[in-house]
Amino acid sequence: MDGFVYALDYLIGAPILGLGTMVGFVWKALLLLVTLLVFTAFILLADRKIWAAVQIRRGPNVVGAFGLLQSFADLLKFVFKEPVIPAGADKAVFLLAPLVTVLLALSAWAVVPVAEGWAMADINIGILYIFAISSLGVYGIIMGGWASNSKYPFLGALRSAAQMVSYEVSIGLVIITVLLCVGSLNLTHIVQAQEQGGLAHMLGVPWLTILNWYWLPLFPMFIVFFISALAETNRPPFDLPEAESELVAGFMVEYGSTPYMMFMLGEYVAIILMCALTTILFLGGWTAPIDLPPFTWIPGVVWFVLKLSLVFFMFAMVKAIVPRYRYDQLMRLGWKVFLPLSLAMVVIVAAVLQLTGWGWHGGMA
Amino acid sequence: MTLPLFFFYLFSAIVIASAIMVISSRNPVHSVLFLILAFVNAAGIFMLAGAEFLALILIVVYVGAVAVLFLFVVMMLDVDFGELRRGMLQYAPIGIVVGLILLLELLLVAGSAWLVPEAAGSGALPISGDVDNIRAIGRVLYTRYIYLFQACGLVLLVAMIGAIVLTLRHKPNVKRQDVAAQVARTKATGVEIVKVESGKGL
Repeated sequence: MDGFVYALDYLIGAPILGLGTMVGFVWKALLLLVTLLVFTAFILLADRKIWAAVQIRRGPNVVGAFGLLQSFADLLKFVFKEPVIPAGADKAVFLLAPLVTVLLALSAWAVVPVAEGWAMADINIGILYIFAISSLGVYGIIMGGWASNSKYPFLGALRSAAQMVSYEVSIGLVIITVLLCVGSLNLTHIVQAQEQGGLAHMLGVPWLTILNWYWLPLFPMFIVFFISALAETNRPPFDLPEAESELVAGFMVEYGSTPYMMFMLGEYVAIILMCALTTILFLGGWTAPIDLPPFTWIPGVVWFVLKLSLVFFMFAMVKAIVPRYRYDQLMRLGWKVFLPLSLAMVVIVAAVLQLTGWGWHGGMA
Repeated sequence: MTLPLFFFYLFSAIVIASAIMVISSRNPVHSVLFLILAFVNAAGIFMLAGAEFLALILIVVYVGAVAVLFLFVVMMLDVDFGELRRGMLQYAPIGIVVGLILLLELLLVAGSAWLVPEAAGSGALPISGDVDNIRAIGRVLYTRYIYLFQACGLVLLVAMIGAIVLTLRHKPNVKRQDVAAQVARTKATGVEIVKVESGKGL
């Protein structure tokens, strides 16, 4: 991942880097990785706690105060278990699948700006990079499902292939509507566009940044993106690839110990990435909701994490509240509802921007 | 050796190695997986050439969608490779001829700079250095080639509708979900209250 990002950075205009910068880069990558993994551990706990609270249970509460160390205990448990590989499995692909899932999920984080100028690689095609990486996420699932050489995993893999390809289409179109407004594929520019212009500026209240964020002017797309993100990350109510009531655990049936943990980890990192993407595209990234003190005293990274956690809270609540979709309903929603809606929205947004001359012009090359 | 050069050789080596594995591996699913590896590394070479938009579109379209469906089909099919291998010698000459023609064409394209120096680059539009390549592609595609672009779209649309029409079957006995009808149900049409006397049943 480091090498690739470094190459990207190198190509997209960074000057020739010396050894010192290289070391700095590796150091930054490690810092991001460790922070992300620890954050994932607590997000996982939060998911279980929220789920438990909705069902009036306590959730994990034994390891550490309030069960705070539960995820770390789980980590130890998974790592010390014996990995079991089924006799008929394709051994190489079977072990490659969880690795692919984790590596792809983590590598997408290289371009996410968590605060002004805090992106590992501030590349000009950041959003396309994330889109490309997340479109590869399906391979971990297909490979795992096929290599297990077992019926339930295979059915899970087939379901997931169709599901992820379908919802990628609407995610892509939603991203295009945002890009039309911004005029740049750089994630930092997308946030800056929401900071420096938009509805609040038009209404004459430029300090009320929360109105600037694209969730309001592109409102239906915000919802479409959120639901598509649920489907893309196989979260309930769209967790048909693992559907425990029909397929036991779907593509993960044959997995145990560390490989299973890597699947889980990859899944949660991808979920957090989708939350981060929602934050950047629709909730103004690191900007404060009201551009006045005391809100501006809080650093941008804190706002980013707060917004990300809010989006994740919605993910968790949806999981706890909504029953699972039937597969034909899932396909109907993706192709017959979201695709026409987002396609129409692309045309409408483009027409409005063309006729009125709105949109952000700060990112023009 | 500079870093881009190193990556160029790395990506090229992996592309060639995985392309060889595509045709030589025994398991068809492995072949497709190697094909995907070749795609990803080809995208890496695009990236090195400064065509980052093409690189990522290659990944999104070919790896993220087309190859997934391809893999899907290959996994479902029960291909007996032993059977295919027996016929391989028979088809080898045709394959070699196709490969030679392709090689010749590539050599002609690459060699045109030496053969006809004045023709080199005449077909390509110059890209000004100050725009990123998404903008550059857009400016050419949506202005100069807009009719051809639209025609491509129409051809694809016709192909898509054709594929749907060919496979669409309305079986008479299949119950389909009609969401509008479900939503339009009211209490009057959906619920019937019956007073049942005890001991009699309905």
